[in-house]
Amino acid sequence: MSAHLAIVLTAMLGGAIRVSTPFIFVALGETLTEKSGRINLGLEGTLVLGAMLGYATAYETGSPWAGVLAGGLAGVALGALHGLLCSLPRVNDIAVGIALMTLGTGLAFFFGKPFIQPEAPHLPSVPLADWTGDHALAEALRVNPLFFVGIATALAMAWAFRNTRVGLVVRTTGDSAAAALAMGIPVDRVRVLATAAGGFLAGVGGSFLSLSYPGSWNEGLSSGQGLMAVALVIFARWSPIRCVGAALLFGAAGALGPALQSVGVTQGYYLFNAAPYVLTLLIMVGSSSSVDAHRAAPGELSITR
Amino acid sequence: MTIALDRRRFLQSSGAVAVAAGLFPRAAFAADPLTIGVIYVGARDDFGWNQAHAVGVKALKALPDVKVVEEENVAETDAVSKTMESMINLDGAKLILPTSFGYWSPFVLDEAKANPDVQFRHAAPLWKPSDPTNAGSYWPFLDQAHYIDGVAAGLASKSGKLGFVAAKPVGIVLRNINSFLTGARTTNPNATVRVIFTGDWSLPVREAEATNALVDAGCDLITCHVDGPKVVIQTAESRGVKCCGHNADQSSLAPKGFVTGAEYKWGTIYTGYAGLIGKGQPLPNFTFGGYDKDMVQNTPYGAGATEPARKAADAAIVKLKAGAPIFATAIKDNNGRIVVASVPPDNYADVLNKMDYLVDGVIGSTS
Repeated sequence: MSAHLAIVLTAMLGGAIRVSTPFIFVALGETLTEKSGRINLGLEGTLVLGAMLGYATAYETGSPWAGVLAGGLAGVALGALHGLLCSLPRVNDIAVGIALMTLGTGLAFFFGKPFIQPEAPHLPSVPLADWTGDHALAEALRVNPLFFVGIATALAMAWAFRNTRVGLVVRTTGDSAAAALAMGIPVDRVRVLATAAGGFLAGVGGSFLSLSYPGSWNEGLSSGQGLMAVALVIFARWSPIRCVGAALLFGAAGALGPALQSVGVTQGYYLFNAAPYVLTLLIMVGSSSSVDAHRAAPGELSITR
Repeated sequence: MTIALDRRRFLQSSGAVAVAAGLFPRAAFAADPLTIGVIYVGARDDFGWNQAHAVGVKALKALPDVKVVEEENVAETDAVSKTMESMINLDGAKLILPTSFGYWSPFVLDEAKANPDVQFRHAAPLWKPSDPTNAGSYWPFLDQAHYIDGVAAGLASKSGKLGFVAAKPVGIVLRNINSFLTGARTTNPNATVRVIFTGDWSLPVREAEATNALVDAGCDLITCHVDGPKVVIQTAESRGVKCCGHNADQSSLAPKGFVTGAEYKWGTIYTGYAGLIGKGQPLPNFTFGGYDKDMVQNTPYGAGATEPARKAADAAIVKLKAGAPIFATAIKDNNGRIVVASVPPDNYADVLNKMDYLVDGVIGSTS
């Protein structure tokens, strides 16, 4: 039994690392955007377009890192579009986000057709546990560099929000547009930049899907991960560090279904496959009553106003 | 919508009247090519279900006097009705091949009733005698090719622990799993198949997770029944284990570990239909078969297929072509219950078509 437990725990550790990276990037991008006072629901579209463009670029140039950059730039374009549209008077950011989600996936499907068949080079992985000689552990800890980039970005963002002028400007814009204007901050410009930068992160997350894990481009690739990541931001209460934690938890819970079936717990896998969603719901219910949750939400968000 | 359709029909029929009246010199046209409409639920090059159909359609396009119109990514909603109407009314299609399960009811049935002079043949065993007679079904027995996969896998795998990534525990999937195990047991009586259900037809991340979990549990050969096996095959190859394909040819995705794969051969059915229409003969309402009718095939062996595995699989194919059954003795499920005591020689009789269990030797559960 303990051997089985070890297999399940190793699988969950591996799953957390493998599956969480796109969630980390999209959630961080959304955190940045929401901290500036806008909601960009279109990150699912950004994720898919980033995945497709990243894969296509890696295939055409032979360099997976060029693909990561292309995915990010696609995100910048979609993010800037969202930011600019929402700067027009009486435009609702949630509606624009939904429109851009459809636009992003539509563009990706349209231009992605010729790239379903070819094989693009993958991002290399860093073997962290090969020295242990434990095969399963070595596989579980074959980590993509983007995972570390994601964690570093989260730490940098958390630090910047607290300690830098840029962080203060973004937070002020998000908490009170009137106060920001009084301070002479160009509110719309800050929000456009924050949304574009958030789009960059989401696009990079997309390129991870197609260039690392599962590592190929097809139309069902994302299956809603971008939307889940946006929800994780509320769950993480707009803290970049908690975003990483939430993404890891979500990835580990997602690995539970397959791992349990592989050790012989075969009954009720529909229930285990739903574990990430059940877990998210439970924690949200548990944390929603706290006063902190409200205090952490940026004051300018259209859902909190 | 109805009005537009009626006007279109009116224009078409008035055009036909004009032709009949000799306003257009009919003789200027050679024999009209037969127009066939093919509808796909996804992308034609998905390494899976849709690609297998597209390969079959290629054989159809090679025929003289046949014109093919195709549409990809058509949802299983009234979108498919619009596609069928446009193929019939604008392109003049006389045979429609909607290739996805969910197209059948009510969409294909409704169009068949509304267009009695057009033939509809659908890729799932759903036609009943009470349905319109210009509609019908075709269905190759892919489980025979999965059985051959199993025969080869029993010898290609060192541990005898085989892994199966499956979408949903429905009849056709369970049958492929059971046939795979039965084939493997002919060459390795101790072989087991560990199955992981992902819960849906296309979930790339979970398919990759399931493949990893199977390899972590000690399986050294993985196969699958999901819509697009690309992710499963690539993940198996990257983990250094062998694999067998499903639906279409995936050998290029696993140059080191590919053994063989279960493939449809839709081309046999499609060119058969075109031939019958060309000769002015009626199409059958139900077309089915396996290796005996050349409707399924196995992917050419890859580097993962050992010499004994190839020989055993080749011999088993010869037997299937001669009509040998897959299931010959009493079938016991993996809870130890005898589910079918006397197995009929026709493996596709009703008693075997209701397969809602996993046979002894499969590690997994249907719920």
